[in-house]
Amino acid sequence: MTEPTTYLSHLELGEPDKTYLDTNELIINMGPQHPATHGVLRVILKLDGEKVLGTECVIGYLHRGVEKIAEHRTYTMFNPYVDRMDYVAAVSNGLGYCEAVEKLLNVEAPPRAQYIRVILTELNRLASHQLWLGTHALDIGAMTPLFYTFRDREEILKIFEKYCGARLTTHAFRIGGCLYETYDGFEGDVKKFLDFVPSKIDEYEELLTTNRIWVERTKNVGKISAEDCKALGVTGPVLRASGVKWDIRKAMPYAAYSEFDFEIPIGINGDTYDRYLVRMEEMRQSLRIIRQAVERIPEGPIMAKVPKVMKPPVGEVYHSIEAPKGELGYFIVSDGSTQPYRVRVRPPSFVNLQALDLMVRGALVADVIAVIGTLDIVLGEVDR
Amino acid sequence: MPEETKSPPSPGGGEPKAVKPAAPAKPTGPVPVAWESPLVTKLKRQYGSGIHEANIYLGQNYLVLDTSITHEVLQILRDEEQFDYCVDITALHYPTHEKQFELIWILYSFPRNQRVRIKTRIAEGEAFPSSVAIWPTANWLEREVFDMFGIRFEGHPDLKRILLPDGWEGHPLRKDYGIIQQDQKWVQINLGIESGQ
Repeated sequence: MTEPTTYLSHLELGEPDKTYLDTNELIINMGPQHPATHGVLRVILKLDGEKVLGTECVIGYLHRGVEKIAEHRTYTMFNPYVDRMDYVAAVSNGLGYCEAVEKLLNVEAPPRAQYIRVILTELNRLASHQLWLGTHALDIGAMTPLFYTFRDREEILKIFEKYCGARLTTHAFRIGGCLYETYDGFEGDVKKFLDFVPSKIDEYEELLTTNRIWVERTKNVGKISAEDCKALGVTGPVLRASGVKWDIRKAMPYAAYSEFDFEIPIGINGDTYDRYLVRMEEMRQSLRIIRQAVERIPEGPIMAKVPKVMKPPVGEVYHSIEAPKGELGYFIVSDGSTQPYRVRVRPPSFVNLQALDLMVRGALVADVIAVIGTLDIVLGEVDR
Repeated sequence: MPEETKSPPSPGGGEPKAVKPAAPAKPTGPVPVAWESPLVTKLKRQYGSGIHEANIYLGQNYLVLDTSITHEVLQILRDEEQFDYCVDITALHYPTHEKQFELIWILYSFPRNQRVRIKTRIAEGEAFPSSVAIWPTANWLEREVFDMFGIRFEGHPDLKRILLPDGWEGHPLRKDYGIIQQDQKWVQINLGIESGQ
């Protein structure tokens, strides 16, 4: 067992370099109103010239007390609220919540519903990664990918809109399955999308993967080792880019994921460039899953038998899924009444953001922007 | 093992929520079954009655431990049993119980591909040893528990509020904190408005 000392040794703030210029250390404030912080993240930076000596994140500007609200809503009523946490991957949030409550109720969604869930969740993963790529590249100075990714993401949002009427906060799933049957032409739309998007992903890669500026700005920036990732609880693409082959879809399969073939891409160096490559490959793997799901989607009911008034038996359950950002967990405690006694959300963004400090120590201010982008945080989820 | 520590929650009291008092036991839901494993045997041999419960509920393992040994067991789980990833730390508030708070750690082991929940009870005002030295990720997670429940962690390097502003009074996830309640004084001073609620 390796000691997670790498992080702890960093806890003491460094001293400025004593050079003939004799710079003083400087404390500046980044955010909360800053486009490169992807929302209302405020980072206090301690700088020596352009070198970062230490950071502190100040969060909570978007705190809405989601966990408190949950205690005063019925299980069904709370369902739409979860979409407002990670609002760029609302479908994943809904899936995690619905599955957790289903586990507590001891019901299982029918196979057709499981497949619909997989298709929409993977589409959402793609949409989330596209949004990440566009904004991350924009932060670093490449503007074109933003227009490309938003153009293609639009196709996914159109499918969502046709399916359930909403584009972002979809509320696509219900406890026990799905409310809506797929619309006429759903499979055609998805297949058309599957044929059209791979060449677009190649297009993004063409713009960036071998782009000299991109490589210089991302290689060896924000490095984090696998041990540090585990010690800091960092999950998702960030963990995989550090070389840990771990994905909840494989490790503890949920929904219908055990029925599909797909690979878990991993990186070697754990730097910003590897995380970029991992996410690009994840997009392709998502397409692979969607293709298999659309081809094999079974017929049948889409809703399990669940009581109108849900009163899960007294008990508690922790269920987590692989959201686009990492492990998204719901810990739900039932006291046998219609309202949950407690809903705890284990947000991947919140936990991943904690690694920011370690990743930027010794780096330049401009790298902080790159690292915030590569962590792929959504402040709605960090603050809940 | 004492039977009354059976813990799947029976929160009683219930006045914060207008719910009719605990509905009679559902027909037959799933019941916790004893969790047999080398890990549990080892811990039981070492701590005996300190292990109040070692059960599986809905396919999920959990241990209910005596407060005095919990921190030690957490250390053992990481050092000897490969639980190298602390997924989450959270708490529950039962205002009517003698020991009001339940602390919960959700741990995961990469080599074993296994999750376990550790639970223990602490009283109001009681501090619990921080696990930041065991898993650095506990830093923010414990800060959130402190923020929301007011549970102090001893030895935490920087225990302060994380989501709410520093000067805020009260801990919102306690059951006696109303859903529209807020720190009026803080709102008036810092936002310069009469509270809208």
